[in-house]
Amino acid sequence: MLKVHNLKKTYTQPNGQPLHVLDVPAFHLDRGEQAVLVGRSGGGKTTLLHVIAGISHATAGDVTIDGVPLNRLSEAGRDRFRAGMIGYVFQTFNLLPAFTALENVLLGMTFARGKHDRGRAERLLARVGLADRMSHRPAAMSVGEQQRVAVARSLANSPRLLLADEPTANIDPANQQNIIDLVRETAREESISLLLVTHAMEVADQFDRVDRLEDINRVGQELPPPQMPGEPVATP
Amino acid sequence: MQALQRISGRLFVLFVLLVLSVLVTFFFRLFVFLVLFVLVAFFFFRRNAALLRVALRSVQQRGVASLLTAFSMALGIMLVVSVLAIHGVIYQSFSTNASLGYNIIIGAKGGKLQLTLNTVYYLSQPVENIPYEFYLEFKDQEARGYDYQFALTRYAEHLQRSVEQSPGAMLAGMNGVLAIGSQCVTSTALETIRQGQDPTARPGRFRAFTQLAIPLCLGDYYGRFRVVGTTPEMFGALSFGPTGERKYSFGEGRNFQTWNKDHGYFEAVVGATVADEKGMKLGDQFSPAHGDPDGHGHERKFTVVGILGRTGTPNDRAVFINMEGFYLMDDHAKPIESEDDEEVSEGEDAETVNEAANQETVLVVPQDRLQPLPIEQREVTAILLRTVDPISALYLPNRINEGPVAQAVLPTSEIYSLFGTIVQPILRVLVLLTGMICVVSGVSILVSIYNSMSDRRHEIAVMRALGARRGTVLQIVLWESIILSVGGGLLGWCMGHGLVAAASPKIEAQTGVSIGFFDLAPPVNLLEMLGAEVSSDWVRQWFMLSPEVLLIPVLILLAVLVGLIPGLAAYRTDVAKSLGK
Repeated sequence: MLKVHNLKKTYTQPNGQPLHVLDVPAFHLDRGEQAVLVGRSGGGKTTLLHVIAGISHATAGDVTIDGVPLNRLSEAGRDRFRAGMIGYVFQTFNLLPAFTALENVLLGMTFARGKHDRGRAERLLARVGLADRMSHRPAAMSVGEQQRVAVARSLANSPRLLLADEPTANIDPANQQNIIDLVRETAREESISLLLVTHAMEVADQFDRVDRLEDINRVGQELPPPQMPGEPVATP
Repeated sequence: MQALQRISGRLFVLFVLLVLSVLVTFFFRLFVFLVLFVLVAFFFFRRNAALLRVALRSVQQRGVASLLTAFSMALGIMLVVSVLAIHGVIYQSFSTNASLGYNIIIGAKGGKLQLTLNTVYYLSQPVENIPYEFYLEFKDQEARGYDYQFALTRYAEHLQRSVEQSPGAMLAGMNGVLAIGSQCVTSTALETIRQGQDPTARPGRFRAFTQLAIPLCLGDYYGRFRVVGTTPEMFGALSFGPTGERKYSFGEGRNFQTWNKDHGYFEAVVGATVADEKGMKLGDQFSPAHGDPDGHGHERKFTVVGILGRTGTPNDRAVFINMEGFYLMDDHAKPIESEDDEEVSEGEDAETVNEAANQETVLVVPQDRLQPLPIEQREVTAILLRTVDPISALYLPNRINEGPVAQAVLPTSEIYSLFGTIVQPILRVLVLLTGMICVVSGVSILVSIYNSMSDRRHEIAVMRALGARRGTVLQIVLWESIILSVGGGLLGWCMGHGLVAAASPKIEAQTGVSIGFFDLAPPVNLLEMLGAEVSSDWVRQWFMLSPEVLLIPVLILLAVLVGLIPGLAAYRTDVAKSLGK
């Protein structure tokens, strides 16, 4: 489903010096597989998701999703591909405040060609438990409800790949598990490959496959890895 | 650059289709234009309904700012629509007067435009007067004979014959009268008699070219309205309207008569506006003021016998009195000039002599009528002339202008020249100014949307992250600009038309032009309006359409232009950076 090969991402700093953020020799995700990627804050998790989603363009290397080489597409091509094939759940929800819950889900369909299914949007909201909140704007919803809307939006176009960037970072502990369960269940039901990024180990523990960013990204490998449960503390 | 071309592609296609729709209307007019526009709009909006919805919601989100921005555009469009309506009113008003029922105005030598304005529109002051006898040169022999019977020359001739027939019996008593009579004639008239040239023995010199000649005597006022001394032919024989097809009619009463047993020579007809403003009705009597709206009133009173139906011409704003009655008012008789002033009896002046002549036994009118003013003491301000054929209208003015007495002008030519030389450029400048106001309003749309971009960077980044291309967010911003511009424009159109409709009763009272809420500005030649000279009738017909039809396309174009700058800011949004903010 997802194949990353020799992926590099470098930014240019204000002083002109390059800032290497990603150097991933290989990473893959099978169809329908659910994986979690853990790493310390600032380690490049979001950047990796952005490159996979086509939001950022890789400096070098290949990202192939469902056989489509993302890096060889034009920017508009990547945008179009992302609209139709990739769902993205943001850490800060990123709902548009002027739009209702239903309209935010429909917005996910707006930019994908030929897809604008109001009925599907309503079903998605019902599935995430917001059937009676469709006409509410984000300001009138709780944080948990907003993230549910964001999950529903990410599934609007029946994506093949779902990327979730710390979806529970801004959720209260009581709702965190609900969100994780929701994301995993809907991904499983629709046979969507899921790559969830988090720094919370309690979330990572629920997944069968856990990858460390430090293991796959050469850029961060000189720093000590984060402490895993049961492991002795590493001494420099 | 390639992406930018793709981005603006759809809107460019829309604009091209709109322009094509406008072009098609040159053949099939407004109906087809509307059908095409609706089809184009339906097709385009259907494909872009989602983007339009996003843009609309963004506009709603900035509610007060959007409303104020759109309102500024509405004010600009309201001014444009009002100016176009004024242009239409003036154009229609000029068109209504395009066919006056006559094609030449004869008046005293002087300014042609002043003569035309004074005669047609009752504006400005009369240039001067011309002798009544010049007017008689346009009449046939019979009419001349009738008028000349009131000539002092005839009176003197009659007295001479009376003296010759009964010299002994009347000499003593008539000596003084004979002396007075002989002093009353002009030297020219005496010479004419001596030479045996009887003016009643021939038709007028210009009679062969004349179908209709109507005299006008100006100088008096009733309130702010002009009083016009004329003949019943003014409303009996003249017509008006764009093609001269409309006859004068009376809303109440009838036309005045030259002499009436109830009112004598003192009948009047008033225009519809005069009747409304002064509250006049049939049977009312009034006295004209001499020379000035605030001048002294004549003693003579005229009786209103008719109220004209509204014509939409300046005749709605005038009072028409019988010319015979006009002459009989004090200060309207031209003083008699004598070659030998010393022949005038001591202690007697010309007016006394005139009164004496008038008070003598009536020779040609029944005993119960006043003696009409002798023709030598009459003057006319203007003569409305209709020639027998168009060729005469080309020949006659030259012949008259070569003479020392009067000038002839072609009023239609002067009116259109005035319209084209003065009115049209002024209207063009007004349209330009109001158009610039709309451009300023467009800039306010630009500023409003641009200022919102800094607050909306995150929102735009989210849309981009959801799969919107750069061109899509640019389109959304352009749609916002179009919504504000066209929405404000439609509001302004309604405000402008509402304003004009509310003022329509006053406009109609002043100009005779009626304007409804949905009445568009009259078709004009757009090329000529922009200053281009068009010689081809085919091309001229192509571009004859109401300027208001172009409002929406122009607003869309303006919106696209002003929306480009904030649109490009959205286009260049860095998604990754802005998502984290």
